[in-house]
Amino acid sequence: MKTSHKIWMAVAALLLIGVYLVPIWSISMEAPQYPEGIGMNITINNIEGKQPNDLKNINGLNHYIGMKSIDPASIPELQVMPYIFAFLMVTGLIIAATGKRKLILFWLGVFILLAVAGLVDFYLWGYDYGHNLSPDAPIKVPGMTYQPPLLGSKQLLNINATSLPHIGFYFALLSMSIAGLVWWKSGDK
Amino acid sequence: MKKQTHSHRFWMLPAVVLLSITLFGCNGSNGNFSANTDAAQKVYVAPGELDEFYGFMSGGYNGQLGVYGIPSGRHIFTVPVFSQAAVNGYGYSEETKAMLNTSHGFVPWGDAHHPELSQTNGETDGRWIFINENNTPRVARIGLDEFKTQEIIEIPNSAGNHASAFVTPNTEYVSAATRFSIPMDADMSNMDVSIDSYKDTFRGTISFIKVSDEGKMNIDFQILMPGFDYDLSHAGKGPSDGWAFFTSYNSEQAHTLLEINASKNDKDFIAAINWRKAAEYVKEGKGKMMPGKHVRNYIDHEEGGIAKTETIDEVRVLDPRELEGIVYFLPTPKSPHGVDVDPTGQYIIAGGKLSTVIPVHSFDKMINAIENEDYEGEVLGIPVLKYDSILHGEVEDPGLGPLHTEFDGKGFAYTTAFISSEIVKWDIENTQVVDRIDTYYSPGHLMIPGGDSQKPDGKYLVALNKITKDRYLPTGPEMFHSAQLIDISGDKMQLLLDFPTEGEPHYAQGIKAEKVMERQKRFYKLEDNTHPYRATSEAQTRIERDGNEVHVYMTTIRSHFAPDNIEGIKVGDKVYFHVTNLEQDWDVPHGFAIKGANTSELLIMPGETLTLVWEPEQVGVFPFYCTDFCSALHQEMQGYVRVSPENSDPEIKYGIGQ
Repeated sequence: MKTSHKIWMAVAALLLIGVYLVPIWSISMEAPQYPEGIGMNITINNIEGKQPNDLKNINGLNHYIGMKSIDPASIPELQVMPYIFAFLMVTGLIIAATGKRKLILFWLGVFILLAVAGLVDFYLWGYDYGHNLSPDAPIKVPGMTYQPPLLGSKQLLNINATSLPHIGFYFALLSMSIAGLVWWKSGDK
Repeated sequence: MKKQTHSHRFWMLPAVVLLSITLFGCNGSNGNFSANTDAAQKVYVAPGELDEFYGFMSGGYNGQLGVYGIPSGRHIFTVPVFSQAAVNGYGYSEETKAMLNTSHGFVPWGDAHHPELSQTNGETDGRWIFINENNTPRVARIGLDEFKTQEIIEIPNSAGNHASAFVTPNTEYVSAATRFSIPMDADMSNMDVSIDSYKDTFRGTISFIKVSDEGKMNIDFQILMPGFDYDLSHAGKGPSDGWAFFTSYNSEQAHTLLEINASKNDKDFIAAINWRKAAEYVKEGKGKMMPGKHVRNYIDHEEGGIAKTETIDEVRVLDPRELEGIVYFLPTPKSPHGVDVDPTGQYIIAGGKLSTVIPVHSFDKMINAIENEDYEGEVLGIPVLKYDSILHGEVEDPGLGPLHTEFDGKGFAYTTAFISSEIVKWDIENTQVVDRIDTYYSPGHLMIPGGDSQKPDGKYLVALNKITKDRYLPTGPEMFHSAQLIDISGDKMQLLLDFPTEGEPHYAQGIKAEKVMERQKRFYKLEDNTHPYRATSEAQTRIERDGNEVHVYMTTIRSHFAPDNIEGIKVGDKVYFHVTNLEQDWDVPHGFAIKGANTSELLIMPGETLTLVWEPEQVGVFPFYCTDFCSALHQEMQGYVRVSPENSDPEIKYGIGQ
C-alpha cells in the first residue's frame, strides 16, 4: 500500500472517534400534546432524551400502555459498544501502519457484521419493548403493539414515531466507505 | 401658604361638569365607524400564532396583575400579588402565606395600581415588574421568569401608597409616596391627634426603595414632605436622570370634603426631587433614623421556596428643610394627577385634571430657575419655582379632565381626557393638538409599550377606561372594565379593538414579547428543589408524626399520588400535606384538595413542593384528589385518608398499589 493509502486507512479508523461524540440513532415522536416534539437519541453508551427530561417523560407516557421503563443501565449492549468501536479503531490503525491490504477486507467484513448485528439487536429490543407489555396497563388496545419502526415512521396511537440514523451512524458509514475505497484503489497496479 | 389666583379659569368648572353630563347622555357613533376589516386584520392573531407584545395591567381592587396579549387583547394570565388567590393557593399555602404579612398582621387583600417594568439604560428589560399596593402601603416585585410574586416590601410612615411603583432608568430605585398624609412628629410617638389638627401635625413622605442587582428591595430613605396628597410620579431620564417628579394635590391641606376643599387652589405642585443628591446625603450619613416598622417578605427558591418575613424597625428620613437642594416645587394648575416625562427626558407633563390646559414644564428651564434662585416663594420651607420661568408651553384645548400622558418616541404625546372621554395626540415641541379620538368611556391611564421609557414602541396604544356600560353583553350591575386598542402607527389614530379587563386596571405596561419569552422557566428542576419537606422521588415519600403534628411527604406524577392510602390520622391532628410534583415537563401541574379543608387547593407546578394544612374535625375516611385535569387517567388520581377518634391510638400506615 502506498503511503497515501495508509493515511486514508488511518483516517477511516480515526473517523470512528466521531461515534463517541455524537448520537448514532434518533427516535423522535410527535403528538398533538407535544408541539415541540419529544424524543431520544441512542449514543455509543447511552439512551438520552433530546431535551433533558424527554426520557423521563417518554417513560411516563409508556407506563400507560404497560411498556417497560427504558433504563439505559439495564441494556448491556450499551456497555459493550465503546469497546467494539475501540477495537475497530485500533485494528484499523494497525492495518494502516502495517499496510496489509488483505486485512482491510477482513476488517470491513467484521465491521459490517457488527453493524448488522447491532441493527438486529436494536430491532429485538424494540420488539421486546413494543410487545412485552404489562397485563396491568391502564390502556389496552386489542391487537395493538408498540414496536417502534427500525427505520422510518409509524403511527402508534396518538404518537407518530420516527426512527432514523443520527450523525454518528454516518461517521461509521463514511469510515466504511473510505476503507472500502482504500482497498479498491490500493489494488491498482 | 401663599394663595395663587388665576380666577379667569374658574368659570370653566361648571361648564366642565355640564359637558360631562351631556357627553354621557349622548352615545354618539360608539366607535362603529372603525369596525372594519382593516381593524380586524390588525388585531387578528391566527390560531397558533403569538401576540407581538405582553401587556401587564394592574388589577386594581382585585390586588393582582393581569397579563394580556397585544394586539389581540387576549387575557392570558393573572399573577396573584396582593390578594389571596384560591385558584392556586397563593396566600393560602404554607409556602406563600407569609407574602401577605404586614406590620398590621396578615392582610389578604390589596389594591394594585401601577405596574412598572424594570429598566436598563432607560429601556424595559423584561427582568421584573414592580407594582404598588395603595391601601396598606406596599411594593411588590414579580419575576418575569416565572410570573410569580417574589418579594413584597411594606412602606412605613405612609398611607395610600399611590405615587408608586415607578422606576429610575437603571432600576436603581422604585418610588413610593403618601397619598394620605399622616400624623408625624419627631419620634413618631404621638399618632393620637385630632383630625382637625391636620395642618399642624400631618406630613407626607416620599420613599425611595433601593433595588439590588438580584432584585432585593430595601427602603434607602424617605423624604419628609408637607402634608399634601402625593398622587403620581415618574422618574427623570436622559438629561433629567437623577430626578423624580411627584404630583401633589390638596395643597390646601384639607382633611374633609376634599372634592370641594382640595379643589380651591389654582395651582398645586409637582415636587421635583433630586434623588441622586438625596442618595449622596444618605451615603454621608445625613438625615436621621426614625421609627418606621415595616416588613419585607420574599420567596427564594434557593432557600427552600418558603416565603419569609423579616421586620425592619427604622427608616432613614431626610428633611428637605435641613438638607438643601433635594426638593423643589413646580407650580402646576389644578390638582394635577399624572406626571409624565417624555422620552428625551426634557419635558415634564402634568395632567391637571381640573385644568383647561396641559402644562409642559422644561427640565432645562427648571435647572436654570434653580440655579438663578428664580423662586416665587416658599411653601412650608420648600422653594417654589416661578411657573412662567419653567414652562415650555401649555397645550390648548386638550380635552376635559386630562389625566395621563404616554409617548410614541416620534415626538408626540397622547393624553387621556377623562371627562370628554377621548385621547388627544399632540406635538411635544410646539404643544399643538394634531389628532383626537373618542374612547368608551372615560379613560384613566393609557399605555403605549415602553411609552414611559426612553424607547417607546409607538405602534399601539391601550386606553384603560373607567366606565364600561354597554360595551359588552351585560353582566348585571357589576362588570369588567373596558380597554380599547388604538393603532398609533399612522398620522391618524385608529380604534381597533375593545377588550374587557379583570378588576380595575389603573396603569399598565407593555413590552416586546421576545424580551420576556427568552427568560421563561418551564418548570422547576427537581434537583434544585431545596424545600425542607420535599420528596423528590416516590422512595422518599413517608409520614412523620411529631405530637399532634403530622407531616405527609407526598408526591404526584401522572396519574397518582404517593402515598394514596393514609391511616393513623386522628381528630385534633394538624396534618401538613407537603406535595412535591415530580413531573419535569412544561404545563403539567397537579392540584391537591381534600374534603372539608378550611383552605384553598394547592396547584403545584412541576418540580415544586407546596403545603396544605388540614385539621380534621370529624372521624371518617376523607378523599383527596388532583384538581387539574392532568392526564387521561386524571379521574383516577385520588386517594383516601382515614381519620380516627381523638382518643384512639391508630398506627400510621400508608402506601400505594398494595
